[in-house]
Amino acid sequence: MRNVTARSLLLLVAASLLIAGCQAPTQEPEPTSEPVVQPAPEPTAPPTPPEPSVSITSGGDVRVDLTGTSGEELLNGTFYFDFDQAIVKRSGFQMLNKHASALNIDRSLKLRLEGHADERGTREYNIALGERRANAVRSYLVARGASRSQIEVISYGEEKPAVLGGGETSWSQNRRVELNYRR
Amino acid sequence: MKRFVLYLALLSAGQLVFAELRIEVTEGVDNAVRVAVVPFAIRGRSVPETNIRDVVDADLTLSGRFETLPIGQMLSLPSSGDDVFQRDWQLLKVEYLIMGNVSLAEDTLGDKAVVVTFELYNVFRGVVEATQTISGSREDVRDLAHHISDVVFEELTGIRGVFATQILYVTASGPVGDRRFRLNVADADGYRVQTLLESREPIMSGTWSPTGDEIAYVSFEDDGRPGIYVLDIGTRRSKRVAQFEGINGAPAFSPDGRQLAMVLSRGDNPDIYILNRETNRLRRVTRHYLTDTEPSWTPDGRYIVFTSDRGGKPQIYQVALDDLSLERLTFEGDYNARASMLPGGQSIVMVHRRNDVFHIALLDLIRGRLMVLTETELDESPSVAPNGSMLIYATQERAGGPGILAAVSIDGGVKFRLPSSEGDVREPAWSPVKRKTFVPR
Repeated sequence: MRNVTARSLLLLVAASLLIAGCQAPTQEPEPTSEPVVQPAPEPTAPPTPPEPSVSITSGGDVRVDLTGTSGEELLNGTFYFDFDQAIVKRSGFQMLNKHASALNIDRSLKLRLEGHADERGTREYNIALGERRANAVRSYLVARGASRSQIEVISYGEEKPAVLGGGETSWSQNRRVELNYRR
Repeated sequence: MKRFVLYLALLSAGQLVFAELRIEVTEGVDNAVRVAVVPFAIRGRSVPETNIRDVVDADLTLSGRFETLPIGQMLSLPSSGDDVFQRDWQLLKVEYLIMGNVSLAEDTLGDKAVVVTFELYNVFRGVVEATQTISGSREDVRDLAHHISDVVFEELTGIRGVFATQILYVTASGPVGDRRFRLNVADADGYRVQTLLESREPIMSGTWSPTGDEIAYVSFEDDGRPGIYVLDIGTRRSKRVAQFEGINGAPAFSPDGRQLAMVLSRGDNPDIYILNRETNRLRRVTRHYLTDTEPSWTPDGRYIVFTSDRGGKPQIYQVALDDLSLERLTFEGDYNARASMLPGGQSIVMVHRRNDVFHIALLDLIRGRLMVLTETELDESPSVAPNGSMLIYATQERAGGPGILAAVSIDGGVKFRLPSSEGDVREPAWSPVKRKTFVPR
């Protein structure tokens, strides 16, 4: 049962909550209507094998429990690039593998890859550079089993800096691809 | 920022007036012509809205080619050549006088309500070199004044004036995560700012149609996705003309206005396409696995000049639209981008990186000579005035500071800055035509 949808997980959680007699688990407040799936508390229902789970935060990040046992992890969704480069850094591989797994586990997940550049160079050329970066991340995720149809690429070039101002400290934080999930 | 909230408003003309751009001349010509713009005599009822004399005086001063005499130093205030005592002006070394009178017609609300007669007087020779009578509505007073500046400028320099033109530009304000983008248009002197479009998502690459009736731009207003839109200035209506997967960018009207060049990546890599605006058909004109972007038409409409990194680094190429043959135009430096051709077709202006600094440069295609025109840093988006003698571009107030506009003459002799109090200003585009034209009586 690899393709567990969030909805069935939610039902499972809801059912277990009912049986547990409204013993609500502590949930952090979420200012959103997005379904928040917490790891199922010890099910009082017939024991089921551990299931991987995936949920999206209001900020468009993703939480996963890849094994169903080790607890949730909020996946880092920002990957940085070198100047004028669109090569995914080795240091990001491990985290990207987890994103690929999340996309693989839950095929209803939609991922938007937002490519960005620093302010140096012309604006439309930077749009192209941002897209190249996002495409590189997409290729990596697809090679790791995500479906290309789950992924949308949008480049904002230098139009949406993470940090305003000049100098390498700002620029290095602006050369990035942000992963933004939705359903 | 990740919630894809969209706020979009099309604002009607003059509804909002934002902080205006202010022009500061940073470098003028050494042999500036000394002129005096005399306060215009008022005949009959007064016209309170705008002081024509001050607008003309500011225009000429800000061109960097004239030195104007303050009113306080004038010994007399003639309004026509008949009233001039030449010695008054010879003493002050004034070479030319601009003077005239304003009157209000019977129909004070009509489109010929304000009547202006002006003269350009040569002090040395003691003759009137040019005179016109023009009229317009009460809202047109600034336009009438810019018309006078244009006539005077052309008489004295031989170059067509651009005081009556406009500048389109984009502003961004507010903190990261709560940015507001605006597409604005202002008179060339920075006055009468109008906001054409406001959005929480980026607006980019605004450009004029050859007649000045339409503006094409890129907006991310549709759920964060880029699209190319064409705005009709008259009706203030926008129409989306392209929204393909991936990049939709860098629109550029053909010289006849019938076609729109653009950059589309269509899920792959960016190439140059041409949209026929009558048939709505797309034609692909470049095909390369690296980046082709920033198309710009040659004045004859037969070529498109563009940026490509097919050679490893961004350089300027041109493609012939009949057989799609390619020619590389730039070889000096490792970053040349966003080129546009001057009206004569013999030179291009572009962004050029030298010693890690981005400047605006002029490349003479006949002699192969490259001249860096600007001394500021992170310069981009050069846009040439319709008379081909000035260009406006975007730069920074200081390193890491807010974006501002600046202008430089094509010979590098005159330089200005146009600081604004309204956040970041970028991507200026000089209008190809005047805001209003007046036919002299």
